[in-house]
Amino acid sequence: MAEVAEQEKVVKAPSEPLFSKKNRKLITDPLTDNNPITIQVLGICSALAITAELKASIVMTIAVLFVMGVGNVVISLMRNIIPSKIRIIAQLIVVATLVIIVDLVLKTYAYSLSKTLSVFIGLIITNCIIMGRFEAFALANRPWRSFLDGIGNAAGYGIILIIVGFFRELLGTGTLLGIPVLGDPVDKTGLYAFGYENNGFMLYPPMALVVVGLIIWVQRSRNEALIEQE
Amino acid sequence: MEHLELFFKSVFIDNMVFATFLGMCSYLAVSKKVATAVGLGAAVIFVLAVTVPLNWLLDQYILQPGALAKTLGPEYAEYDLSFLSFIMFIATIATMVQLVEIVVEKFSPALYNSLGIFLPLIAVNCAILGGSLFMQAREIPTLGMALNYGVSSGIGWFLAILAIAAIREKIRYSSVPAPLRGLGITFIITGLMGIGFLSFGGMLTGEDEGNKKEKIEQAIKIEDEKKDDVAKKEEESTKNTTALNQ
Repeated sequence: MAEVAEQEKVVKAPSEPLFSKKNRKLITDPLTDNNPITIQVLGICSALAITAELKASIVMTIAVLFVMGVGNVVISLMRNIIPSKIRIIAQLIVVATLVIIVDLVLKTYAYSLSKTLSVFIGLIITNCIIMGRFEAFALANRPWRSFLDGIGNAAGYGIILIIVGFFRELLGTGTLLGIPVLGDPVDKTGLYAFGYENNGFMLYPPMALVVVGLIIWVQRSRNEALIEQE
Repeated sequence: MEHLELFFKSVFIDNMVFATFLGMCSYLAVSKKVATAVGLGAAVIFVLAVTVPLNWLLDQYILQPGALAKTLGPEYAEYDLSFLSFIMFIATIATMVQLVEIVVEKFSPALYNSLGIFLPLIAVNCAILGGSLFMQAREIPTLGMALNYGVSSGIGWFLAILAIAAIREKIRYSSVPAPLRGLGITFIITGLMGIGFLSFGGMLTGEDEGNKKEKIEQAIKIEDEKKDDVAKKEEESTKNTTALNQ
């Protein structure tokens, strides 16, 4: 009986089990060695502008996770009926619809955050990660694999966002998620008692670029295969 | 005068690349050579000059709350289509890019050859959509100002990509630490250039400077102000939601 079932499985589903090694790689690869931001150079625009606070980074990550996961599945389902000439517009419409959903949800449940993120929620539409993964993956793969790819890449994007947000908020204001962790700068408690000062410069936009540059430096010195050749 | 101010502000102070990180992807990908950078920069100016005024018209006459009253008559004054702006803006941009491509190909093959490969890329360049979204967020008052805003932010982007391409051409002759080579050093240089551009921040006088200062103070004192703000805004939003529910 078991044998029959197995045979059937082989005939019915030439694809692998849901979490085969190959599929797991789709999620884990973008987290490190094929990171969308530091290696593929995609989706940098929105990644940098909103990372002055950790909270905004996390919300942005969740938004991108949602848009990429669902968007990749939708595009993958439609991949055989989209004429290739108008595929960019078709993809843009799908993303724009998803982003409108995110925007409305944020405006309803987290109004102040949606004000902080302002136009950058809208800019998820033109986030190159999303279009890039649609083009490179979802248009040529089955929905489940596309879903994993979407989640993986969005998570890889999110990791960088959260790292940058963590350091910028910690060094810039001495807080994490709005909670002071280094003591009180006014009463001179905690680290401030030893003469530590917040570096307000970390809150300025250019420092986000420098922090990402440093992340790239660390990542590439740990894995020399990633170093660019001339 | 206000045109000049807007121009200066969009080119230097609110520079798309250094202040808001728009269009970073193509900025990093296409800045290895000055010649290609110039091509892409010109295409961005061109497309922004077309799409920002067009989206301004869309925003004023269709999307804004009550805008339909101007176009269809007073009985439509209650309608608010602003939730459609993302989809309308991106559709306009995608079609305009396609249209511009066809027109340029037909009437100026030379220009087409220099811009050709970059035009389709531009439909998904965040700088273009960002231009329209900021135009909406900053409530640019007139069509002329919108055109000015489009052109001048395009010029700001052009300057940025030109500068980084020139630096990257030179940097090939210096010995950068191997793990930083390429992308890493480009990020850090862009950061340093951004710090340089911050110095333009204090150059505008009058009301704008006040706003700018306020913004910076807000950024620094985010925490203090946020607590009150959050409470207020949450109240507001709950009010809004209850109003919606009713």
